[in-house]
Amino acid sequence: MSLVFAGVVSHAPGITGRAQRAEPAARDRFYAALDRLRLEMEETRPDALIVVGAEHFANFFMNNMPSLCIGMSDHYEGPIEDEQWLAIKRRRIPGNAALSRVLIERVMQSCDVAYAEEWKFDHGIMVPLHFLTPRYDLPVIPVNINCQGPPLIPLHRAWAFGKALRDACDAIPERIALVGTGGISHWPATPDSGKINVEWDQQFLQRFLANDRTALLGYTDAQTHREAGQGGFEIRTFLSVAAATEGQTGQLYCYEPIPIFAVGCTVARMTVA
Amino acid sequence: MSAWRLTSIASPRSARLKAPVMSLYQVQKLIYELNRSPEHRQRFVADRAAVLATYELTAEELQAIEQPDIGLMYVMGVNGQLLMHYAALRGFEWDAYIKAMRDGLAQHGAVRTGLYVAAGSLS
Repeated sequence: MSLVFAGVVSHAPGITGRAQRAEPAARDRFYAALDRLRLEMEETRPDALIVVGAEHFANFFMNNMPSLCIGMSDHYEGPIEDEQWLAIKRRRIPGNAALSRVLIERVMQSCDVAYAEEWKFDHGIMVPLHFLTPRYDLPVIPVNINCQGPPLIPLHRAWAFGKALRDACDAIPERIALVGTGGISHWPATPDSGKINVEWDQQFLQRFLANDRTALLGYTDAQTHREAGQGGFEIRTFLSVAAATEGQTGQLYCYEPIPIFAVGCTVARMTVA
Repeated sequence: MSAWRLTSIASPRSARLKAPVMSLYQVQKLIYELNRSPEHRQRFVADRAAVLATYELTAEELQAIEQPDIGLMYVMGVNGQLLMHYAALRGFEWDAYIKAMRDGLAQHGAVRTGLYVAAGSLS
């Protein structure tokens, strides 16, 4: 059929791994928003969920780093991290290789992507799945945008990728849900872990929810790095979702800066027309 | 090999002319491979020297990995998304891991290369 659902969520490992150390009221508002997104996604009866993530050297390393990669397997596994550290039990996650292949071939009409028939999910995908598909009964198609370190795909190419993904979804009979996942401002895995630039985040979210292409493409990596930390490079995942829903706006379900989770915890849904 | 140079965002000519940080890549590759493979982790625990001998590492890197000196590894420019798992593997709880990085900055000076050259302002 087409794209039936689009949203964005945070994925920081502390969200599950350090859950008990968060301020309970803020944490529970965030968890409730994730559950709301799950229920609304389920109402759209998706056949598969595309997760556009920004993984952290679990599969892709500097020996052969793709800017863009789409999974093409009937199953994946995760988390790659220690189960106790992430507080998510390791398991097999269903995929759909045939559906992946159709999508990849469509995307390739306008955008070069790598594919992967093997993929060990890290927290970047496992944390969203833990909340959005807790029964692990929905086939997942993982997508990665390298956001870890330069050279990084330019923002306008991340946008073009989101458009290509949308075109691919609209060309197939299956009902596809799309979730982008990344941090906004954050300094993960540094001595500044827990620092959050709330003002920067709010301005970014305003632009994202308004689907303001010009403003979103106006960020530079040097500026983002300076003001939003190296974790801010992950805005690429948000931009791909904005591109996939270009012309439509979104609604913010949650923004809670939770320092022990090292990120402004975000849940938003974009309208799909 | 210069993936972690902050300077590569702006790419000034002086940065382009510097030699690549090859052995930092090797440190990161070691951690990447430990993270991916339980068998590799077992070999590392059983005979650390034998595993480390398969990587091209400087004496300082070897010592930092062996000890482990998580703070020095951070200062060397090891990416945090790798280092945090190596710290966990070597028994560092979250707060101890963050403290080790802050101690590293105090003891060894600013981060030498990569994305974190400008980080650490809270410490």
